[in-house]
Amino acid sequence: MSNVIDKVPEPVTLPEAVVATATYSQHKLIWRRFKKHKAGVISGYVIILLYVSVFLGEFLAPHNPSHRFYQFVHLPAQSIHFFSKDGFHLRPFVYGIKSDFDRQTGVKTYTEDASKRHPLYLFVRAHEYSFYGLFTSNIHLFGTGSDNPMHLLGTDRFGRDMLSRIIIGGRISLTIGLFAVFISLTLGSVLGVISGYYGGTIDNLIQRIIELIFAFPSIPILMALSAVLPPEWPSHLVFMGIVTVLSLVGWGGLAREIRGKTLSIREADFILAARVCGAKDRRIIFRHLLPSMFSHIIVIATLAIPGFILGESTLSFLGLGIKPPMTSWGLLLSDAMNIHSLSLYPWLLIPGGCIIIAVLSFNFLGDGLRDAADPYSSR
Amino acid sequence: MTHYFIRRCLHMFPTLILISMVSFAVIQAPPGDMLTSRLAELAEQGELGSESAMAQIEILRERYGLNDPLYLQYFRWIWNILSKGDFGQSFTYEMDVMELLGERLGLTLALTLSTLIFTWLVAIPIGIYSATRQYSLGDYSFTFMSFIGLATPNFLLALVIMFIQVTVFETESVGGLLSPQFIGTPWSWNKVVDLLNHIWVPILVIGTGSTAGIMRIMRGNLLDVLGQQHIQTGRAKGLKERTVIVKYGVRIAINPLVSRLGLELPGLLSGAVVTGIVLGLPTAGPIFLTALTSQDMYLAGAFLLLAATFLLIGNLLADILLAWIDPRIRYE
Repeated sequence: MSNVIDKVPEPVTLPEAVVATATYSQHKLIWRRFKKHKAGVISGYVIILLYVSVFLGEFLAPHNPSHRFYQFVHLPAQSIHFFSKDGFHLRPFVYGIKSDFDRQTGVKTYTEDASKRHPLYLFVRAHEYSFYGLFTSNIHLFGTGSDNPMHLLGTDRFGRDMLSRIIIGGRISLTIGLFAVFISLTLGSVLGVISGYYGGTIDNLIQRIIELIFAFPSIPILMALSAVLPPEWPSHLVFMGIVTVLSLVGWGGLAREIRGKTLSIREADFILAARVCGAKDRRIIFRHLLPSMFSHIIVIATLAIPGFILGESTLSFLGLGIKPPMTSWGLLLSDAMNIHSLSLYPWLLIPGGCIIIAVLSFNFLGDGLRDAADPYSSR
Repeated sequence: MTHYFIRRCLHMFPTLILISMVSFAVIQAPPGDMLTSRLAELAEQGELGSESAMAQIEILRERYGLNDPLYLQYFRWIWNILSKGDFGQSFTYEMDVMELLGERLGLTLALTLSTLIFTWLVAIPIGIYSATRQYSLGDYSFTFMSFIGLATPNFLLALVIMFIQVTVFETESVGGLLSPQFIGTPWSWNKVVDLLNHIWVPILVIGTGSTAGIMRIMRGNLLDVLGQQHIQTGRAKGLKERTVIVKYGVRIAINPLVSRLGLELPGLLSGAVVTGIVLGLPTAGPIFLTALTSQDMYLAGAFLLLAATFLLIGNLLADILLAWIDPRIRYE
């Protein structure tokens, strides 16, 4: 280009601010735009918080999620107090519990026993746990010690602590989304890029396969595929099985979007330039196409995670997903399936709130990232 | 147009064949065949070793052609469906699959279609409202609700509505399509009222996610259209604002939504299955779940095949509708 210009113009000294802006890279620009999307940023923090909490699960959970407190079956959520009849206490506490058994209805009722105060401590010693098999410890972030159990979100039909189960169950619900998105994204990117880049017969074939997947309603086909998993499998194999089933049904949508992006970028000048320079297909795909689509792929992946989380929770809720001793938010909700327990023990619905928060956060984060990565693609 | 219609129909057949193969694969997927459970039963009765029992099993195996290669079994299955409408036997219910599924499937489809109508009737006006009053309090609350609606799984929404019915309104009969006293009675005015009292729950549960989606698309489309110049022209020549929005705006904005009709159906059908299970409706959902958990695979396979066929026909109708209302679509 420079040879067409006769005279090179004198360099203009720009004000410093302009110089600084001019050196921003594409990713920095995306980041700057993303930071303006308030809901997206907040959701990002919520998601980080969720994943950190489920990662630290055993440390955060006040009780062993499988421990059954038989004397406190279906205990309602206990509340944390600062004021007792003696006045204000700087250290929060929960009251003891008195239980009454109604012989006529057969329902156990619980009342707070104001005479007993169990103060909450940070880094309290309680039941021993193994942290991912790395080390064992008995220190928990907070609690009232092992002698005085507290159940801030109540207990289930076996007297297991709901808060602990929600934290440990969240680990499955949240990681299953990540695993499934990773597998289906790998499958979807490879097939989507091949489909879009080469076109022709192979494109046609891949599109027909995707059409076939979409021909079935998603939940019934997920149910059918996970029912095929052998019932004698241990729970960690079932976990992998569910991930596989979710990815098998889910990759089609991702592949379609990536194919669409590939089609639009394939004709871009820089791809043509690379081809003119004699680059092979492999180099064009891996060095030019994929890197330029990277931000879109991240967006597509983020927006796909909610679908996987919802799919897993529906399967587990129906008894076709995760199986005990593992638990997930969907499986926890299956306790609330009959109207009797639903009306008597409404706190069993709390895991549903967790699902909504997780899904909502991923949706907002995805929206924010999409607006940042491609300001023209949507409002 | 006829040309397009015929071509579109022909295009369906390869997909239909593949769908039937996948459904058959699902039937065949569990280890063993449909007589495995019978064998287990016999073993429980202590008759497994006996000559007569084994001979009986062998006769059955021969009759159902279970010793034949898979492709022969597939063709026999398809042939029975096409020639006699025979989808095989349900082993848990000991009935013809079609006899078991027929009415329930009809009800499932009726529920899906009424939900589709419901979502459109609700979502389009809200979308128009939100777009014409952008950033108003109403717009914000509808947007907020739509995000929640998209994030709530069907089964959870069903649980929450049942919970509210029981605790707040103290409804006596929760779930199902009819109160117990009306089941099996002839149709009367009271029964219709009772049905309407129940049916709004599944329609609301199935439709919420889809309503939220359509609403957001309608809002976005209309906002785009309202920014265009022909709208300005309409206003400049003194048309009533109502006319401008309805005739100049909505008519164009609604077009892309018709192409989404076919896309909404799978989600609604999925929702109908799950909701049917949670609310205990006499639809295909609960039977499908029992079929899967008890490995009653002919029943499960038949449902998958019929559901997918229904979606295929739904897509066909949506495409034809789109081609009919949008003159820009070329048939060639």
